[in-house]
Amino acid sequence: MEQIVSMIGWKTAKTIAGLVGVLIFVVFNALILTWAERKVAGHMQRRIGPKEVGPYGLIQPIADALKLLGKEILTPRAVDRPLYFLAPILIFVPVLVSFIVIPFDASLQVKDINVGILVILAFSSLSVLSILMAGWGSNNKYALIGAIRSVAQNIAYEIPLLLALLPVIMMTNSFSLKAIVEAQKGLWFVFYQPLAFCIYFIASVAETNRTPFDLPEAESELVAGYHTEYSGMRFALFFLAEYTNIFIVSAIAVTFFLGGYQGPFLPGIIWFLLKSYLLVFVIMWLRWTFPRVRFDQLLNISWKALIPLAFINLLLTGGLLKL
Amino acid sequence: MIIPLLKGLRLTLKMFFSRPVTIEYPEKKRQISPRWRGMHYFEKNPQGETACVACGLCVAVCPSRCITLEIREREDGSRYPGRYEIDALRCIFCGYCQEACPVNAIKLGQDYEVVHYERKDFLLTKDKLLAGKG
Repeated sequence: MEQIVSMIGWKTAKTIAGLVGVLIFVVFNALILTWAERKVAGHMQRRIGPKEVGPYGLIQPIADALKLLGKEILTPRAVDRPLYFLAPILIFVPVLVSFIVIPFDASLQVKDINVGILVILAFSSLSVLSILMAGWGSNNKYALIGAIRSVAQNIAYEIPLLLALLPVIMMTNSFSLKAIVEAQKGLWFVFYQPLAFCIYFIASVAETNRTPFDLPEAESELVAGYHTEYSGMRFALFFLAEYTNIFIVSAIAVTFFLGGYQGPFLPGIIWFLLKSYLLVFVIMWLRWTFPRVRFDQLLNISWKALIPLAFINLLLTGGLLKL
Repeated sequence: MIIPLLKGLRLTLKMFFSRPVTIEYPEKKRQISPRWRGMHYFEKNPQGETACVACGLCVAVCPSRCITLEIREREDGSRYPGRYEIDALRCIFCGYCQEACPVNAIKLGQDYEVVHYERKDFLLTKDKLLAGKG
């Protein structure tokens, strides 16, 4: 162990250990969230949800994963092979990179990059590319329509997302996530920037393609959207990426607006996870409450409501900071 | 515009924290009414045979025509069913046979969990009807 550390240097070793930790966390988080999603869905419809496998059905996601592993991986004859094979793998890259800069605790962060939030935003735009690759490569009209919708939606909602985060960056004069958390020692930014928080949250639900903005995979019209032609473990990767993305957007919201790992009594990591999973619950809660929006409504919400509001908010913040 | 959305959210949250209405079926069973129309059975007479007098009213009233009756006569002239079969797969459990029966011989019981491996096992013969629980 020490030999390896001395060979590659302490910093690299720390990064590698962090990446391994992130990988484990990603898988564990996705397993828990699939279970939680089904439980939340069940109870919101006054059902019980999974309960047979393990206590409270907790082992259910592992059973599901085993089932997916055992399934035949079908490859339709007409697919564009390189794109079709790459897409499910590529959707995972931005997810992993985003985790590197998220501060779970004061000292629990793989790497504190001084442009942390830019890294996350830049890489999360990449997931659009893999969705487009999946949709185009599948050579299936449902998949293609789903992918096109996804691109239009993600472009529309990335702008309010960024504009909602900018006021906070202006207030702290830093892109580093850790510095932003430290700046919220006194009062969380959600109290200074309630509007920005709301805009960010709505935009992030749209960014992760969740109901009520789940047009890319609208099952009632597009079968399963961009992952219609994927089966077995490849489908599971898309699924895993979706749930990890939910956690990431919640984690960013917590970092920017809800004081990150700061809180009394409990250790920072507990506070961070508590706040993040609370937001994840809210996203699930939205899913099981609202129907899907129409496509014109989807774009109208972004271009006519969120973006102007975010701009006004940005101008006001800038003006107040100058005074 | 926002208030109806919040109302919806409140409703789902209320449901989230209320008790599920699910009955966990194989472990727990729904309470059934005393007038439940389950599988058929024969009421017996003091001699332990079927109380049926083979009048044929149930056959006549049955809307799905699932009752087969073969009338026999004893030495003393009283009638009894030689063969009495109900095809449980055709039966719609309307209970008209029970209503029509003048001697209250055929009745619908409380049993509704009927599973067999073969279709022929669903044919309720006279023996099965007599063995059915009252």
